[in-house]
Amino acid sequence: MRIEETEKQIVAEFEIFDDWLDRYNYLIEMGKSLPVIDPKNKVESNLIQGCQSRVWLHAEFKDGKVHFTADSDAVITRGIISLLVRVLNDRSPDEIIDSGLGFVDAIGLTQHLSPTRSNGLVSMIKQIKLYALAFKTKEQS
Amino acid sequence: MELEYDINKIRNDFPILNQQVYGRPLVYFDNAATTQKPAIVIDSLAGYYRTFNSNVHRGVHFLSNKASKAYEEVRFLLQRFINARHSHEVVFTRGTTEAINLVAASFGKKFVGKGDEIIISEIEHHSNIVPWQMLCEKAGARLRIIPVLDDGTLDFNAYLELLNKRTKLVSITHISNTLGTIVPVKKFIEAAHILEIPVMLDGAQASAHTAIDVQNLGCDFYSFSGHKTFAPMGIGVLYAKEEWLDQMPPYQGGGEMISEVTFEKTTWNDLPFKFEAGTPNVGGTIALGKAIEYIQGIGFEYIGMREKKLLDYLTAKLNSMGGITIIGNAAEKTSVVSFLIDKIHPYDAGTIIDRYGVAVRTGNHCTQPIMDRFKLPGTIRASMAFYNTEDEIDVLIEAIEKVKEMFN
Repeated sequence: MRIEETEKQIVAEFEIFDDWLDRYNYLIEMGKSLPVIDPKNKVESNLIQGCQSRVWLHAEFKDGKVHFTADSDAVITRGIISLLVRVLNDRSPDEIIDSGLGFVDAIGLTQHLSPTRSNGLVSMIKQIKLYALAFKTKEQS
Repeated sequence: MELEYDINKIRNDFPILNQQVYGRPLVYFDNAATTQKPAIVIDSLAGYYRTFNSNVHRGVHFLSNKASKAYEEVRFLLQRFINARHSHEVVFTRGTTEAINLVAASFGKKFVGKGDEIIISEIEHHSNIVPWQMLCEKAGARLRIIPVLDDGTLDFNAYLELLNKRTKLVSITHISNTLGTIVPVKKFIEAAHILEIPVMLDGAQASAHTAIDVQNLGCDFYSFSGHKTFAPMGIGVLYAKEEWLDQMPPYQGGGEMISEVTFEKTTWNDLPFKFEAGTPNVGGTIALGKAIEYIQGIGFEYIGMREKKLLDYLTAKLNSMGGITIIGNAAEKTSVVSFLIDKIHPYDAGTIIDRYGVAVRTGNHCTQPIMDRFKLPGTIRASMAFYNTEDEIDVLIEAIEKVKEMFN
């Protein structure tokens, strides 16, 4: 499935809920399904600096695809991460770099995208794209 | 005598309070970050720009004279507000942060050298930490820290041990923005003065809640922000004793602060203008004057009484819920409550509370050392002002109940 299709699927899932509470509950549930990050990767160097909740992100490159694992100490943030991982995991570097990620806006989570003092979501997306770019550069050299 | 005001009348003075967010009435509990502005302040700011915007202290024309007069009248008003001995001991700044930076740069340049010490406390806002760190790094001085006790009060005995002949300045908060602790600053000042060490107070959290009397406190420097005192952003006050301002070099260079300029030598203007380089925030200053008059109209007696009631009401409600940990339990406290709900991350809690229309702050509140000290990922902070109500607290409690249900 292409990135846009996965995004569309997520938007459709969230459209079922009229109530913001249900939407957050669904997000919390999504967070629970996030694959567990290997404790050895939950280290300071994998920490993304967000002001409020801590986010760990680990990336590996295998067979032309980028594989991500991640975690957060805040439940809502973990839910958002799980959506990002669902959309971007095991994609080629180019797919990741070119992704627009409009679904975050479409499901009404824009408030979590505030560039400062938020949950580091913006930094997380930047970091994911940076990994993709680094792997791509390495592959070409 | 029990002072009574019509709470609806007070709330109507603040236009912003009368609105809905997410389809619910706004509950504004982030007053420690910034207070809301009464219409009289907003109108004053607009009125200045509509009718007499002009540069001050220069030019002979009508508008400039009018603006200068209004600007300087606020200095006299502030002199009375904080009971300073002289009006030229009131220096206008952008806010508390700039006031502290001014003292760190200017006092520091003149009086702080290698091997000297500056004392601050563990409960300071970053604004009362970083300027001193920068000074110490530059001067080769050492920063000493008064520890905080478990209840959120400062360890006075440890402070006494920190004071010594190398101490050049003590700079501590009057009221903690995170814990609400009202520091018994007078005894801290008296102790420092025995060794003739000057004391600066960060009054950012005090000016909206309690009467300030700098002569009674005896402090050498005092600072506060207009925007936390029902006035616009970008205007604040540094009070400093004349004897210090006389000895301190200018902070910034520019217009207004000079007496005579040649390329060989520039001489400084008189106090307080020596410390007010460039065109000041005239409109903001005039609006600050209106805010002070507004507070004086309500009176600190009423403000203190209302805020104590709100603090007691919220504290009792939180304590009766179970699973709530309040950080900061000093006996003398202002209407700031920092807390955690069970083991729920403050970011999760804050996200849901926000959807109830309640504005609280979550995170470290620019006081990371306190979070480290109490080993917290952050807290949820509700900070109330006299225009808040018990009904609004009930909405917060309802939101907290939902948070518990969702995350436990």
